[in-house]
Parts: sequence; structure tokens; C-alpha cells
Amino acid sequence: MAETILEVKNLKKYFKTKKGMLHALDDVSFSINQGETLGLVGESGCGKSTTGRAILRLHEPTSGEVLFRGTDVVKLNAAQMKEMRKKMQIVFQDPYSSLNPRLNIEELISEPLLVNKVYDNKTDLYNRVHEVMDIVGLERRLSTSYPHELDGGRRQRIGIARALSINPEFIVMDEPVSALDVSVQAQILNLMNQLKKDLGLTYLFISHNLSVVKHVSDRIAVMYLGKIVEMADYKDIFDNPLHPYTQALLSAIPIPRLDVEKRQRIILEGDVPSPVNPPEGCRFCGRCRFRKEGCDKNEPKLVDVGNGHLVACHLVADK
Amino acid sequence: MEKKKKFAQLGDIWKRLRKNKLAVLGLIIIVIIFLVAIFANFIAPYSYDQQDLLSCFQGPSAQHWFGTDEFGRDIFSRVVYGTRISLLIGFVAVAIAMVIGVLLGAFSGYYGATVDNVIMRLMDILLSIPQIILAIAIVAVLGNGLFNLMLAVGISSIPHYARIVRASVLSVKDQEFIEAAKAAGSSDLRIIFKHIIPNCLAPIIVQATLGVAMAILTAAGLSFVGLGISPPTPEWGSMLSSARSYIRDYAYMTMFPGLAIMITIFALNVLGDGLRDALDPKQKK
Amino acid sequence: MANEKKNLLEIRDLTVEYHTNGGVVHAVNGLNLEVAQGETLGFVGETGAGKTTTALSILNLLPRPQGKVLSGSVKYNGEEILNKSNKEMTRIRGEKISMIFQDPMTSLNPVMTVGDQIAEGIRLHEHLNKADAHKKALEMLETVGIRPERASDYPHQFSGGMKQRVVIAIALACNPELLIADEPTTALDVTIQAQMLELMKGLKDQYDTSMIMITHDLGIVAEICDKVAIMYAGNVVEYGDKVDIFTPEKPHHPYTVGLFDSIPDIYHEQEELKIIKGLTPDPTNLPSGCTFHPRCPYACEECSKQVPKHLEVEPGHTISCHRFDDTKEVK
Repeated sequence: MAETILEVKNLKKYFKTKKGMLHALDDVSFSINQGETLGLVGESGCGKSTTGRAILRLHEPTSGEVLFRGTDVVKLNAAQMKEMRKKMQIVFQDPYSSLNPRLNIEELISEPLLVNKVYDNKTDLYNRVHEVMDIVGLERRLSTSYPHELDGGRRQRIGIARALSINPEFIVMDEPVSALDVSVQAQILNLMNQLKKDLGLTYLFISHNLSVVKHVSDRIAVMYLGKIVEMADYKDIFDNPLHPYTQALLSAIPIPRLDVEKRQRIILEGDVPSPVNPPEGCRFCGRCRFRKEGCDKNEPKLVDVGNGHLVACHLVADK
Repeated sequence: MEKKKKFAQLGDIWKRLRKNKLAVLGLIIIVIIFLVAIFANFIAPYSYDQQDLLSCFQGPSAQHWFGTDEFGRDIFSRVVYGTRISLLIGFVAVAIAMVIGVLLGAFSGYYGATVDNVIMRLMDILLSIPQIILAIAIVAVLGNGLFNLMLAVGISSIPHYARIVRASVLSVKDQEFIEAAKAAGSSDLRIIFKHIIPNCLAPIIVQATLGVAMAILTAAGLSFVGLGISPPTPEWGSMLSSARSYIRDYAYMTMFPGLAIMITIFALNVLGDGLRDALDPKQKK
Repeated sequence: MANEKKNLLEIRDLTVEYHTNGGVVHAVNGLNLEVAQGETLGFVGETGAGKTTTALSILNLLPRPQGKVLSGSVKYNGEEILNKSNKEMTRIRGEKISMIFQDPMTSLNPVMTVGDQIAEGIRLHEHLNKADAHKKALEMLETVGIRPERASDYPHQFSGGMKQRVVIAIALACNPELLIADEPTTALDVTIQAQMLELMKGLKDQYDTSMIMITHDLGIVAEICDKVAIMYAGNVVEYGDKVDIFTPEKPHHPYTVGLFDSIPDIYHEQEELKIIKGLTPDPTNLPSGCTFHPRCPYACEECSKQVPKHLEVEPGHTISCHRFDDTKEVK
């Protein structure tokens, strides 16, 4: 019985720079159902991290709506936003810079609880902190340790514990395992899946690593230069990628197996163009091997080609 | 559990500091100087303004360990009482400068834009005037006296702290843990005081220890021009200044106050360096 | 060991330590490694395994005074190079053995044009005059897929991928016999990484350069490497041909199995990833005997007492594990 918990409509985030207007997010729309994980995938500069932060208003959106259970987060005032923050949290990529080096673990995890005055006495507060440490698998004896004394995996668990402490419903995971070793990554991914099931959480999982994203997501959205170019069920994206960029992205992943057919490697020419003053028309057409007449003039819209599979491409839409 | 936590933190800091032999030496010296200041009445054999014109310009002897000055006053006693004045000036002036400077720098760095511009231009104005002239001007306006002297030295030092803190804040501000604090719902003030300023402590401490030394020297300069402290107050700097005229024949008169300043400043510097390293929890053991 | 190709590089029993305030870090412990001519060796391991330390030791680039080579031998073309002086090593670095590092952002001098940086190495080793060196630099730029007009541009004018191409150009400018690449694509986007791997494969064929590819990504190893060495806590725990390592049915070191299990499989759905329990050991306090035993699902009593020998489970495939003790030892 899936209800929509988050709906993002026409979200835009522009930054003013010396060279011009940087279109970090350009008219991004999607929705996430309760208990679902939406994977957001793309390379540097595509806007996936900006999306996560804009939803939480860590970057103020330039325009658009972010509806959390029907309430437009963008329009809330400071006091209402503070209330809302209890329900929407974030886990960051870098387990080194996302923790204040001067606070120990107890202090780090209790921060959201203190700020929101959840408990009125210290005992209840620390009970909750220890409860959350147990949930994420951090040994209680580490309460008074400092981040620099611990390894990357444990630090990331602190970040997760901090996000969980106030019992949010929705968590943005911004590349939570990218900075971790492969064996530690596996531990954290298992933990995240377990927590989602046990606590009924909803995730927006941002990553550039497609194999990781496939493992955790129900649906996947592929971003390029501030726009969503394809969005579908996780199986569909891999079995039937329709957008030329998605196809190139998938073919670029080095597979750790020898028994797969030598795929036709699609090598994209050139570099990702700058998001400052982006070109008219399809933003991918400069590197697209199927480029045709009109691609550089008209921007393709996201179209449902069946089964909830959305693509923004003239070639596909014409079929 | 709270108390145990706090002590554990201080214990850690002390443990780290203890390993730095030089810093410990500095600490011991400062503690001794403080004790001398507190118990000056018992340590000094004479009063600091007790003149004995028949015994002036005497070198170090059994009755006068550091000799006597041009008025026959016992230099040792004057140096001993001088610890009070110098420490007072140094620490109060630095405290004034630090509190105001850190606040200004923190808000400037955190909010940026207009706030930053206004504050920094004010600081530029203060900085464009040589520190000692600025201090002279303030004392000239406020009048003589020990407190006005401390105020003057303090105000003239504010821009140094403001700049240092602002630079620190700018680099800390973009770290992800600040975003995390915002995501948790922290107010700007909480972020500035709980998350940003504690991570900027190192440069503040180093500047503060240098600042105490500077304050002592600036005060001496002011006393020299007759502002701030009036004789017979035994401030080391002014003792040094007045002994300058006699340096060729009676070198000991500059030596002892000079040594006192040197040792104090040395101790403050090594202690400051040690504290900066000990306060950084990331410092390798 | 197979002798069809001459061994370009042979490392035996290398032991390297770092002396830090926090204790002695046992970075490399009795390492054996070899690279034959024209071969690409994938040197795989996680953070702290000692891969970069090994690479730096080969070129005598360990940070002094903390880094110390305690024992072992590194033979290049049959000649011992561990005890060579810095001066002798400068003739080897860049000319015979080149190295490229992970972060292209900091590998290039920001105040020199890229053309000059490539030419610098050429002039040092090939004694060409300025004009000839510059011409060669332009050729190198073209080889790595950068328009030669860009030789007068500065590093900050290039994107990450382009910068890494420049780094490769510098490394290959003097046609070295061995290239050591330390995680060269980790900092790059996946499509740029694909470009980079294609480029490196092409250059490898064109110049017949041997390569040590240090990486934690088994996918890259599958794509570009001929042989694989798996490293854990300062030692090579498994070594073999690519086919040996990537065939699950063959015998493997438990750590190798754990590594492969940890990677989400893009072709199969998994509910949970099989994890290696525990954490990488503290290099100042390594476990006794086999360093992997605290995390090993097959650990037995002997494992904590004896360091396992390198055992050849099939020709060209060695594993350091007591489970294979009945097979013959390899020296």
C-alpha cells in the first residue's frame, strides 16, 4: 500500500557565478513512495548531490516544490522548517569531514536530539544515544571516542546514527559508501537495507556507482547536467536502457568477471560540458552518437514509454 | 556521566600537554610568575616605591639582589611587584581584544556579504593606524590610568583576532559537519559557537600568547611617553625605558626588567604552542 | 614460476616499516612479486594493505626518515636496485620505470604549462635540446588524445580526465619499460575512466610497456590486467593469472573470496552481501601467524601461530594459506 511520501516538482537550483548562471538543477521532478529507495545516479556535475541538499533546503531552491506528505517544504518558515527537519535527514559522503572533530561520538549523535529538545533530561538523552548506537552496530565503549580514532566504516555508522537519532521518516543518502573500502562498503550497505526494513524508512540514494545503486534501489533515475534523462524500475534500467547516456554509462562500468560477453564498449567523446549557461536543446547531444536533426534545438521532455519507464530523448520519443 | 566526560577530556588534554617538555617548562614558569604576583607582599623585601637616595645606582648586592635604581629603589622588589602589573595588562588587554575580535571575525566569516564587508572595513581602519599610535589616541581620549591603558591596548589588538578568526571560519564553514548541523536544525548561533569557533581555537591561542607579550611591550611604550601608567608604578616596560639612559654605566638596571620580560614572553610562547598542539584532538599521540 | 618471459621486475621478501609517533607501522611484510616483460600486473588490495608503499619502495621514494626498507631485494632486469644511491635512481625514474599517482589535481605543477612539464622529463633523460624536446612533447600530447595546441595551457584549464592524460603523457614520454600506475582512475568519473582504460590499453600495445596497475577495483583488473596479485596487510596472499583469480571454482585465499563476495553483482540480485567480518588490522599491531586469521571463516589453531608459506596450488597460481599446506611450496 504505497503512498507517496515525497514529491519533487519542477525543482530548479541556479548559482550565480562570474562566468554566468550555473544551472545545477534544471526542472527536476520525481516522487518516492513510502518504504521505497530511489537511486539517483550520474557523474560529476550532474546535480545529484544538489538535489539531495535542495530537498532538505541546505541549498535554497531557486524555484519548484518539494512536497513532503503534501506539505511544500520550500515554503515553510524557519520554525516550521525546524519541525520538518525531524522527519527528513541526511547522511553525507565523507566520513571524515562530516563529523565535527572536536566532539566525541555521544556528542555527535546527540546533536539533533539536543537541538530539537527531544528529551528534557540527560539520562533519557543518553539512553536514546546508546540505543541508536546499538542499532547501527557501534560498540557502546566507543561513546567517548573521537572520530579521528576510528576507521571510515565506523565513522559512517556515526553519521547514520546521527541521522537516525530523531527518528526520521526519510533519509537522503549522499554517496554514503563511496569513500569506503569495498569490504566495509558491503557491511554498510547491508546495514542500510536492514534499517530500512526494520524502521520503515524511505531513502533517496545518491551515487555514481551503478552496481551499488542497483543493489539498494527500487527505482533509479539517471541525471545528466541538471536534468533527469531516464527513470525506471531498477531492473528495467539495466536490462533495457533507452537513453544513449544511460547506455554509455552502463557500458563503461568495468565488470569483475571474465565470463560475460565482450560488450561493445561505448566510449563517449569529449568531456562533460559546463553547467554554466547550458546549451539549448538536448544537453547530451554534443556527445551523443545518435544525434540527429533538431536535437540541438528542442529540449526533449520526460516521456513514459510504458511500465513507468521514463526517458527524455527525441530518438526514443519518436518511436 | 557528564562530569566524567568533561574530566576525561581535560585529562586527555593534560596528558598530551605533559609530553611536550618545553611547554611544561613554560607552564611552570608562568605558574611561578603568577605565584610571585600573588605573594609579592611576602617575597619583596622592600616596598616598590621606597626611595633611599643615599643608595642609588648600586649594583647587585646582598641587601639589594638586583641593585638599586636612580631613586635608590630596590629593583628586585620592583620587578616582583611588576609581575602584577604586567600580567594584569597582558591578560586583560588580550581578553578584551579576544572576546570582541573573535565575535566580529566569526560573524564576519559566517554571514559574509554585507556584514563581512562592513566589519572588515572597520577592521581595516583600525589596522591602518599603527598600534601604538592608536593606543595613544585612545588613552588621550579616555584619560590616564591602568584600566584605560588596558582598554587602549585591547582595542588596538582587535583587528588581529578578527582577521585570524575570519580566515579560520571561512575554511571551517564549508566542511560537511556544518551542513550536518544545519540539517539537524541547529540555529546559526549554535553553529557558530558550538561547531565553528571551537575548531578555530588553535590560531586564536597562538595569537593570544603573542598578544600578551605585545600588550606588555605596548604598555611599556605608552608609559614611556607618559601615558597610561604613572610613576612610581613598577611596570617592567617602563622600568626598562627609564633605565635606558643609564645603560652604559649601570647595565644591570636594564638587565633585570629586560630578563623578566624575556622569560615571561618565552614561557608564554612555548606554552601557547604546546596548548595549541594539545587542544587538537587529531594530533598524533 | 613460469619462465617463458623474462622477469622485468622481481621483488623478494621485501619488508618495509614506517616509524611514527604512534608506533611502528609494518606496511610490507616479506612481499614477493614479479612482473614479466610486456605484462600488466594488477596489484589489488584495500586501504592500508601496503600497495603504495611497495611502489614507492621500488623507486626509492619512501618518505624519509620514517620509511625504512628492512630487508629484501628488488631486481630490475636482473640488477639489484634497492641499495642504489639517489643519483643512480634518478636515471631509472622516468626513463626505465615511471610512476603515475592517483590524484591528477595535485600531480601537476600549477605554474608550468603542460607542454613544459612533458618536455622537462624528456630533456632530463634524453638530452635533447629545447626545440626537439618540445616537438616530442607535442607528439606525446597527440598520443594521449589532446590537441597539440593545448601544450601552452596550464593544468587548471583542463578537466580531471584531461589532466590524467597529461600525467600519462609525462610518464610515457621517455618510453619507460615499466609503468607503475597507482589508482590512476579512482578520482575520475566512470565514463572518463572508460576512456582512460581504453587509452592505457592502446598505449600498452603501442609501446609494449609493462605495467603494475595498483587498484582496489576488480573490474579494472578484469579489463586490463594479465596477472593479479591480491594484497592484505603487507603481504601477497594470492597471485596468479587473471583466469586463475577470476574463476570461482578454482581454489582461492579466503580474503579473495571475501573481496569478490563484497561486490554487488550487477547480473544477479542479492538480498544481502556476504561480508568479511571484522576490520582491516592495525598495522602497528598485526595479528600473529597469518594476518588474516581473525577474520577468516576457516581459521584453525595453526593459523594464529604460523605464517603460511606461498604454496603453488597449480602452475603459476600461488596462495598463502594453511588450507593448502599439502601442496608444494614455492620460493
